[in-house]
Amino acid sequence: MTGIAAALLNSLDIGLLLFIIAVGLNIVFGVLNIINFAHGALYMLGAYLGYSCMNQLGMPFWLALAVAPLAVAALAVLVDRGMLRFIYQREISDSLLLTFALLLVLNEAVRMIWGTGIHVVEPPAPLQGTIVLPGGLNYPRYSLFVIAAGLLALAALWLLFNRTRLGKIMRAASLDRDMAQLLCINTRRVVTCVFAFGAWLAAMGGVVAAPMRAIDPGMGDKIIIESFIVVVIGGLGSFPGALLGAVALGLMHGLGGRFLPDVNLVLPFIGMALVLLLKPHGLMGTGGKA
Amino acid sequence: MSQPILQIEDLGKRFGGVAAVADISLQVAERETLAIIGPNGAGKTTFYNLLSGRMRPTTGRVVLAGQDITGLPPHRISRLGVSRSFQINNIFTEMTVRENVEVALTALRGDSRRWFNLASANRPVQQDAEALLERLSIAELAHRRAGTISYGDKRLLEIAVVLATEPRLVLLDEPTAGMTPDETRRVTALIRSLAASGQYTFLITEHDMEVVFNLADRILVMHRGRQLALGTPDEVRRDPEVRKAYLGEEE
Amino acid sequence: MNSKTYGAVALALVAAGLVALPWIAPYFYIFIATEVLILGLFAASFNLIFGYTGMLSFGHAAFFGAGAYATAMLLLWLEWPLLGCLVVATAAGALLALVIGFFSVRLNEVYFSMLTLAFGMMAYSVVHQWRSVTNGSDGISGFSVLGLGLGIDIPLGDPSVYYHVVLACVALAAAVLYRICRSSFGLMLRAIRQNAERVAFCGLDVRRYRLAAFTVAGAFAGLAGGLIAPFLRIASPEMMHWSMSAEPVLMSILGGTGYFLGPFLGAAVFVLLETWITSITQAWMLVLGIVLALMVMFFRHGVLGALLDRRRESK
Repeated sequence: MTGIAAALLNSLDIGLLLFIIAVGLNIVFGVLNIINFAHGALYMLGAYLGYSCMNQLGMPFWLALAVAPLAVAALAVLVDRGMLRFIYQREISDSLLLTFALLLVLNEAVRMIWGTGIHVVEPPAPLQGTIVLPGGLNYPRYSLFVIAAGLLALAALWLLFNRTRLGKIMRAASLDRDMAQLLCINTRRVVTCVFAFGAWLAAMGGVVAAPMRAIDPGMGDKIIIESFIVVVIGGLGSFPGALLGAVALGLMHGLGGRFLPDVNLVLPFIGMALVLLLKPHGLMGTGGKA
Repeated sequence: MSQPILQIEDLGKRFGGVAAVADISLQVAERETLAIIGPNGAGKTTFYNLLSGRMRPTTGRVVLAGQDITGLPPHRISRLGVSRSFQINNIFTEMTVRENVEVALTALRGDSRRWFNLASANRPVQQDAEALLERLSIAELAHRRAGTISYGDKRLLEIAVVLATEPRLVLLDEPTAGMTPDETRRVTALIRSLAASGQYTFLITEHDMEVVFNLADRILVMHRGRQLALGTPDEVRRDPEVRKAYLGEEE
Repeated sequence: MNSKTYGAVALALVAAGLVALPWIAPYFYIFIATEVLILGLFAASFNLIFGYTGMLSFGHAAFFGAGAYATAMLLLWLEWPLLGCLVVATAAGALLALVIGFFSVRLNEVYFSMLTLAFGMMAYSVVHQWRSVTNGSDGISGFSVLGLGLGIDIPLGDPSVYYHVVLACVALAAAVLYRICRSSFGLMLRAIRQNAERVAFCGLDVRRYRLAAFTVAGAFAGLAGGLIAPFLRIASPEMMHWSMSAEPVLMSILGGTGYFLGPFLGAAVFVLLETWITSITQAWMLVLGIVLALMVMFFRHGVLGALLDRRRESK
């Protein structure tokens, strides 16, 4: 029983983290119509910067959590203003190529700056160790924190998109860019903001994930594939879809890791292939028609 | 009475809560020219999208020469003899004018499945392409890049590509939009001669009333996605509903 | 002399130079040239789907790796002649492309790029983990190329002999690929890139054509992979990694995606650039990324585009 409970909690853990990453990917797609291939690298950069803030600059976890994602967001603004802005009007493949180039650069830059070894970050003191849950399960405190933070982020993002003016602007810009421009919404600025926000979310996920997993130069690759699968299963551009996809993937990892360890690796891909066969736009998707 | 080439029953399309098109029912006889008029937003393009397979209707049926084509994908409907032009030019801008038509002819003839021939040496297709360009009076543009020709000529090229697939039913979406009076006259004369040849049935959406009354056997008036009137030009001119809703707004 | 004659003469000179290479250039260049030819074919196969059909795939290395592994396994376990291995390598690339393509071409270009990356990395992961069959992260090595097949007895272990075999294979493959590009089928692919919707309205099932192009491209990539395994004497998972998929992308853009020979030229520039850069720094991927970004932003039509487009405009 505790095995299943642990597996489920793991699923929630992984799932909510993936959700935060996938949402960032989704909103960038919503407004720019592109997939940011460097999204996973931004997540990784967030983790590494968080590590440096904590281990080299001596910042406490909470400060690193505030600072590192902002730095990554600033980088994203630079990328948008310096690169993406120029090829925006061209065919989509050019933007995709640029984000791919960014991925190459970031991946290598991380390797150059921090080396190829694995780094470890300790959770902040109050969140270290395990706690005994009702039912007798021993579960890491930090993982529970991640779940809580994920739920909080979920609520906050939902409020942002559905209840705030900024959220409405983002949704409007994604539905009809020309119309939004007519309404004097500065779409260029919205685009930069959204791109930066997406990067911020990714980096935030990175800092949060850092104490849970080892920080290594391959973590960006892993997470980007995972978030692609999440987004395909849930549907590109769909907020509830991202949640559904993330939970599905979380379950596959959590339960699959426990009960089907051999196929665990290809399980998400099989899931994705099934969705593509049966509901190509994702379980809740609206966009993506060929 | 021969079978109508197009039978439309209760055709409708909803987007969420909005009905872009609703309750369209009519029959189109072979070789007739039906003009579709209505203000912007009346649902004319959506109507075309439903007929040509670009969108799936939420209600109703479309029957082409006795065959139910409701909800079929565009390439299937095209194969069954329906061809359409678009409001915004939908041609291959990087290819030459003649190549544009060659693409359509290649697709029609099944040549598209040949992997080892030399497309640039496909004489039959090239000759037929040139003949079609001749018919539309743009033969001298054959080797110009399609993206560089004038707007009016692009629209003529679009019609050439549309006709290249040898359709029975041709849907023209505002063929004279943005044309000079001279070009409009040319295109109108062209469509009239094509219609007179008896090879095609035309559906034409238009804003230019002169063109409409010049070409149409019958007129369908659409308003807010619905069918407001259907009849000969005289009947439509006299229809009080139409006068109230549309002709008054137009001029 | 008009431009067509210029082109033909230039091509003839290059061809002659390639054939005579082992006798006119230092030993080192035989290896460079072999690599350029193989990667050029790899890039040209990618350009069939990108430059011609307009689909941006970030997982093309999966088919390259499939060909490499097929060849390595056949050489190691069954000691087949090289030509037989190459046939299987081509088939392996085609088959994998058919499967991956089936899922990937169903939706729009953004999905396509995402999915090809994801499936490519899936192939990488499978090969990386499946120790029992693929030897995992160590890759398959320790095989040797004994015979060519068809009764032709030549010492394939000699680099200049292998170079000539590669030259012959790549030249033949390129000729076939060129023929396909210039066929009516190729015309359809180019039309699909420019206006897929219009092609659908001309009566073609666009998805099927995209899948066909993808499969053919996979076949040629598999062939290239089949040629590289004996050259490097190994088939390793890295050959399927997305960083390997990035290479044909950059090569095609470097040379010019609008020209058949663009990818080959791009491969030459790429390999020479790589040889030079890696002698200076370890951060080759970084330079690759920067070059790609610069090319996309400022020289989108590549070297050939920059040279030839200007000629065309002035006509």
